[in-house]
Amino acid sequence: MRKEPILSVKNISKSFGGLKALIDVSFDIQQGDVFGIIGPNGSGKTTLINCITGFIKPDSGQVYFKGKGITGWPPHKIAREGIARTFQIMRPYYSLPAYKNLIIPLWSPRARKTGGWRGGGKHGDRNTVAVDILEEIGFERDSRVPYRLASTLPTGYQKRLELARCLAIRPEIVFCDEVFSGLSMTEIAGMTPLIEKMKIEGITIIMIEHRLRELFRVANRVMALNFGEKITEGEPRYVIEDKKVKEAYLGSEGV
Amino acid sequence: MENMRKERIDRGIKVRTEGIYAINSMKEMMFLLAPRLLLILAILVLPFVLELAPYWKRVINIICVFAMIGISFDFLANYVGLVCLGGAFFIGIGGYFSAIYNVYLSLPVYLAIPCATITGAIFCTLVLSLCLPLRGVYFAIVTLMYPLLFTRIIEALNILGGTNGITGLDSFSNTYVEHYVIIAILLIALFGMRRLVIQDVGLVLRGVKDNDQSVKASGINITYMKIFAVFLASLIGCFAGAYLAHLYMWAGISLFALDFSILPIAAVVIGGGGTLVGAVLGCFILVPLSEVLRTFGSFRIVIYCILLTAFIVFKSEGLMNYMQRKYYQFERWVKV
Repeated sequence: MRKEPILSVKNISKSFGGLKALIDVSFDIQQGDVFGIIGPNGSGKTTLINCITGFIKPDSGQVYFKGKGITGWPPHKIAREGIARTFQIMRPYYSLPAYKNLIIPLWSPRARKTGGWRGGGKHGDRNTVAVDILEEIGFERDSRVPYRLASTLPTGYQKRLELARCLAIRPEIVFCDEVFSGLSMTEIAGMTPLIEKMKIEGITIIMIEHRLRELFRVANRVMALNFGEKITEGEPRYVIEDKKVKEAYLGSEGV
Repeated sequence: MENMRKERIDRGIKVRTEGIYAINSMKEMMFLLAPRLLLILAILVLPFVLELAPYWKRVINIICVFAMIGISFDFLANYVGLVCLGGAFFIGIGGYFSAIYNVYLSLPVYLAIPCATITGAIFCTLVLSLCLPLRGVYFAIVTLMYPLLFTRIIEALNILGGTNGITGLDSFSNTYVEHYVIIAILLIALFGMRRLVIQDVGLVLRGVKDNDQSVKASGINITYMKIFAVFLASLIGCFAGAYLAHLYMWAGISLFALDFSILPIAAVVIGGGGTLVGAVLGCFILVPLSEVLRTFGSFRIVIYCILLTAFIVFKSEGLMNYMQRKYYQFERWVKV
């Protein structure tokens, strides 16, 4: 018997004017999954995340988190339930030093209530907890890096900062919107253990990714979108062989 | 000729990042305290010094009133990202509320001002919260419209004294009380706000300015945060308004004058945005200047504009940011 899915998306549709960005997309995610969402540019991956996390209201369809309907809730309420997300275009707080970036999620109602990452939201000094989280996510504690302005950090660190911001509220699900894009191979090699670490912590991860090889190394299930429609879902090795996925990426003549 | 360049080195007490200092000696402690003490003492002593020039004594009060609106503008614009041109709105609402309490409900002046500050701030927050979803220039325009709107309402309905305003407000018991009430509140507001913006709550507000989407994604309701910020700013503004009404012993539609919106912004530009002290410093320059220029009549606006333009072009960071940088860094010329 299958377990109750932690996140269940049913028949989500969304159009922008005449453009149908999502058409009847449904999928279930189990607790502990690393779920990949792939698809060519403009296939609706980010729109799908926006619909689930409340940044866009879907036209129709439902989203259930642990059996509770969260469709159309405002983003902060959804985040409070434990659904965190990164942004494709990184959005750190540029005018603040890296570690001060984490004070904001550590201050959030969810972190104060549940304790946040390693109980950091509850006990006194959020600054030390913030540096702890940064160290865990790969900022060298004794260097100047955690204290540098977020705007002066290299891309790799900014991506890590995005993940750290998600982790600080102790989420149950993290949506990673292209965390590997724009990174060098060595930087990606540094990021992959973080994904594994989050998985061990019991966090369910949903990754949107263009770097298929890296994604297939960490994901246990993958869904492919094309022109807003779900074309297939399954284990990575089956999805990569799927004829429709190849067509979507290479065009029908290419196959 | 040899090429030289200016090298800037942080002074030793600054550790790693802004706002953290390592202090080892009394001298270093004084290095941090001296500018703050200087400011406090200078403002406190000012009424005594100006005994020599009675006309200018009255100007102090006006400076402080403008400085308070300047602080509230600087806070909203540079720490929360709401460009609020509603200085005149805060002044007008605070002034009228105090007049209502004092004249119609005959509360004593020292009770009318605090009550007007709080109810005025609640009123301003309610009205402004309607347009909080607006961003940037749209919010600015709406806040600019509110004072005009209330002026017209009072004129058209002939309520609250109509165009004559409400007269016969109680004044303060003597001139020193008059000075020190506003000076004390100004200093409390200034240092309180400076403390607030480095607290965790202040960081969240700065996060809302930098990028509200991430704040939402962390599970924080940004509308509540904005309402909180607007409430704080209108508390400061409404106090200034209530005080001003009692200073003039009159509350009329000229409390909604555009000057109260524009001059504090000019002061923030000159003094340096994002420092809060800059607003106070700017007012201490601009308000006396405007008094001096009074002899030129309406021509003073032209001089004002030239000065402002010059500042924006040549020192756009503002005086305070410039001075802070010089104070915290050594500079020396080195060979390239």
